Amino acid sequence: MRTESRLSTVLAQGGDPLLEEWLRLLIAGTGARKALIVESKLREQCREFLAALTAIFSNSENAAHLEFRGAIGERARDVLTQVSRERGALGFTPSETALFVFSLKSPVLARLRAHSEKAVDSQVLFDDIVAFNDLLDRLGLFTTEIFQRSREEVILRQQQEMLELSTPVVKLWDGILALPLIGTLDSARTQVVMESLLQEIVATGSDIAILDITGVQTVDTLVAQHLMKTVQAARLMGAECIVSGIRPQIAQTIVHLGVDLGTITTKATLADAFRLALRHRGCAIGALPALATPV
Amino acid sequence: MERIPVLLIGKTLLVTMQSDLHDKVALALQEELAERIIKTEAKGVVIDISALEIVDSFIGRLLANTAEISSLLGARTVVVGMQPAIAITLVELGLGLQGIQTALDVDRGIALLAKGNEQGWGHGRSKLDDLDAIRRFK
Repeated sequence: MRTESRLSTVLAQGGDPLLEEWLRLLIAGTGARKALIVESKLREQCREFLAALTAIFSNSENAAHLEFRGAIGERARDVLTQVSRERGALGFTPSETALFVFSLKSPVLARLRAHSEKAVDSQVLFDDIVAFNDLLDRLGLFTTEIFQRSREEVILRQQQEMLELSTPVVKLWDGILALPLIGTLDSARTQVVMESLLQEIVATGSDIAILDITGVQTVDTLVAQHLMKTVQAARLMGAECIVSGIRPQIAQTIVHLGVDLGTITTKATLADAFRLALRHRGCAIGALPALATPV
Repeated sequence: MERIPVLLIGKTLLVTMQSDLHDKVALALQEELAERIIKTEAKGVVIDISALEIVDSFIGRLLANTAEISSLLGARTVVVGMQPAIAITLVELGLGLQGIQTALDVDRGIALLAKGNEQGWGHGRSKLDDLDAIRRFK
């Protein structure tokens, strides 16, 4: 009897009791996140995975090295990908995700032993166990890989969203734009900021842009350089930038670093910058004169 | 060889650069502009580069030189309508064009020249002063 067919026989004979035992182990091992599992759905996934495994066992050419990378293992990979992504999204740990595969070991191995008692060839039994363990280990690693990849996709998407969210160009007045900068300014973000500001200057025909750095935590030479570049580019287009929201610590840092912001108009607060910008637009904001008759 | 038209409006020369500017054409323009300033006694030059989509270090340098030549000949130069991509490129190339005045469009460029010539051009004028000049003229 060939090895792979013996393993597939064990799986096929295992039937529903095997499925139930595996499910029980799976749910018991999941711990705190038990509530997140929908049992009927999990049962369906387990059934699908068992069928996929059987296909691998009965179709593999090399009994000692069961392969799941090719066309044979496509179904198994699909199930695992689905499970990993689901668990990743639900906040499972990588171990809890890999458990889906590893918890199958003990019920199957127990059945394999029971099945082989009649055959009594310890060498064949040993080979079976090694081949089975080897396959499941690699499948377990595969789930971890997928799990990590899905997490990385989330991080990447969030980075992208942050980049887009963090650069709103606001029109304060006719011809006055404001750009409230928040967070850390790195090269990639400054590039986006610079581009969206310059585009907006063209689109609205605004002369004056206020760069508010109240929300910027630290200013180093690189950030200062980025600011200078943005101001220079705006000037080339015929607009002027006012930098506002420089906190005391940041002012100190800028001086200590020896950064020369001499050619840039700076103000302590956005209000000051806005007042200055308004004055250059020929406007002013002040209190209304007392009304003669109460409204 | 194709050439770029230089138009005289009052005491101002208006140059509108075309989308693809060859180095030779640009050099020819520089020469022609200098001659026209002498001939027409223009007091200002507006270079409109809003149609320009690509700029390299050569053209950037050429713009700066043109402005310098014009002011030596007694005509102020304002570069108008620079596209964002070009502004970013020039800054990345380290060409801040410090000596050149800029404005968002031709209208404002002409206003800037008119007001500036009336008031006299002081050194150390800031961009905000220029914006004031444009506004007062309008």
